[in-house]
Amino acid sequence: MNSGGMNARIGYIAFNTFREAVRDRVLYNLIAFALLLSGAAILVGEVSIDIERLVVVNLGLTAVSLFGVIIAILIGIGLVSKEIEKRTLYTVLSRPVRRWEFVVGKFFGLTGTLVVNTFFMAVGVFLALLYVAHKFEKMDAWVLVALYFIVLQFLIVCALALFFSSFSTPLMSAVFTFALFVIGSLAEDLRGFAIITQGVAGLLAKAIAYLVPNLSALNMINQVAHGDAIPSRLILYNTVYALLYSAMAISGAVLIFQRRNLK
Amino acid sequence: MAAIEILDLEKSYLVGFWRKRPKVALRPLRLTIEEGEVFGFLGPNGAGKTTTLKLLMGLVFPTAGTARILGRDMDDPQVKSQVGFLPEQPYFYDHLTARELLNYYGQLSGVPAKGRSARVEQMLARVGLSDSAGVQLRKFSKGMLQRVGLAQAILHDPKLVFLDEPMSGLDPMGRREVRDLIQQLRHEGKTVFFSTHILSDAEALCDRVGVIHQGELRGVGAVAELTSETQGRVEIVFFAEKVPAGLANLGAETRVSGDMVNAVLPEQQQDAALDLLRRERIQLISLTPVRRSLEEYYIQKLRPAEERQEDERREENRKGASV
Repeated sequence: MNSGGMNARIGYIAFNTFREAVRDRVLYNLIAFALLLSGAAILVGEVSIDIERLVVVNLGLTAVSLFGVIIAILIGIGLVSKEIEKRTLYTVLSRPVRRWEFVVGKFFGLTGTLVVNTFFMAVGVFLALLYVAHKFEKMDAWVLVALYFIVLQFLIVCALALFFSSFSTPLMSAVFTFALFVIGSLAEDLRGFAIITQGVAGLLAKAIAYLVPNLSALNMINQVAHGDAIPSRLILYNTVYALLYSAMAISGAVLIFQRRNLK
Repeated sequence: MAAIEILDLEKSYLVGFWRKRPKVALRPLRLTIEEGEVFGFLGPNGAGKTTTLKLLMGLVFPTAGTARILGRDMDDPQVKSQVGFLPEQPYFYDHLTARELLNYYGQLSGVPAKGRSARVEQMLARVGLSDSAGVQLRKFSKGMLQRVGLAQAILHDPKLVFLDEPMSGLDPMGRREVRDLIQQLRHEGKTVFFSTHILSDAEALCDRVGVIHQGELRGVGAVAELTSETQGRVEIVFFAEKVPAGLANLGAETRVSGDMVNAVLPEQQQDAALDLLRRERIQLISLTPVRRSLEEYYIQKLRPAEERQEDERREENRKGASV
């Protein structure tokens, strides 16, 4: 099998995953809800004189992040386990498809879905911004960077959901992934706690603090809501971090899935 | 060249929550299927048929042993482009239409883009789904899904086709169509390995059958040979309204239906029985050796080891006596 065929197969699996997600009604309900929240931000903004922009960006981006994570977890946890349970995998893996190609294809399919979703939800946020400010300002460009960081968060959450889904039930995968999302959102606090703790507890806290995904570093919503700039170095660091973390989680998923018996 | 060479493939699972213990799903299996052969893998539910197919497809991993498929190691991904597989009670992506699903599988199997659509349409027509090609699979009946399953198994023109219970869930018409399809595959020179517990299908289609029970291959044989073996008994049919006296003395089991009598008796008594009928001026309709049905062979292979040995001893004695 040549690498062209390999890349093509990953692409076909990714496209099928994307197609499955966009034909799911749950997805539209979630997007509609996120857009509704962006709209509601306008109302909240209007009662908060002079801080309309802050409220719209804060609420809008939080809605994008939260609903994106919900979609990532809801779809991600079923990516592998649902295919095993429903036995749709049998007719895929009985073709010249390697197991790792399947996992990677599924990951790309889901991240593709989330990128498209984020685009539509982001359009909603920018329309709300335009409504309250009547024009775009230079600092709105940082909102785009914050959105990019949100997408990086999705990448990590997708990879984690896929990792748990490769060996556990959908329900347990959802619990694990959501727990890691919450802990990861508090990663900076956890790291601070690890520094001031001594002994075995300190070592344990350090290990956990660096093992969980540092999602708080990817949350720039508050800064951009206040119109603060984001250093370009942080964009680079965050990109590398998110890609490496996702790659590790996907590698873990592949290693487990390679050995799994599909009963 | 052998299409499939199974070399002591075996599988056991660990079961239990606290104290895990191995449960044998397949005892060491050694079996060779020749190219162009239609092979029926027979056995009751839970016998190990599906486990064998899953092992060959790389869906589960063997505890020991290996297999060669079309001359290559079964782990070689190249093998898969030459192999088609229909799982038992197949379930497909129900968000796709039949046409989309086949196109997707065509892509994964490496069917060239040029001509892929035409091939998909051809397969849809072959399984009688052209009219439903644009309908999402979630609206398909069980029988229609089975047809889609067959279409995807032969879509990429494989040399070897594995079918796990291909007739299950089908109505009599559907079963007949599947039988015709397997016949066509045979004419095209494909090797077909299919599992079933419907013996009439196996008898009608297979060159050879293997019987598996409790994870153990109990016997393999050519259908023609298995069913041509006589039981050392003959069946005589003649016109009469009652059984002639003296036939019972020859060890005949008789059945009267209307003006016909059907008598089954040992081969050695055949001449004596015919003399009797001649003496009584009874008109003979037919005399045929009693053949063993595939069902009898199957049932025999499913019996416990001691009973099977006893059967075999009796069979040997009978053959010895008749020589």
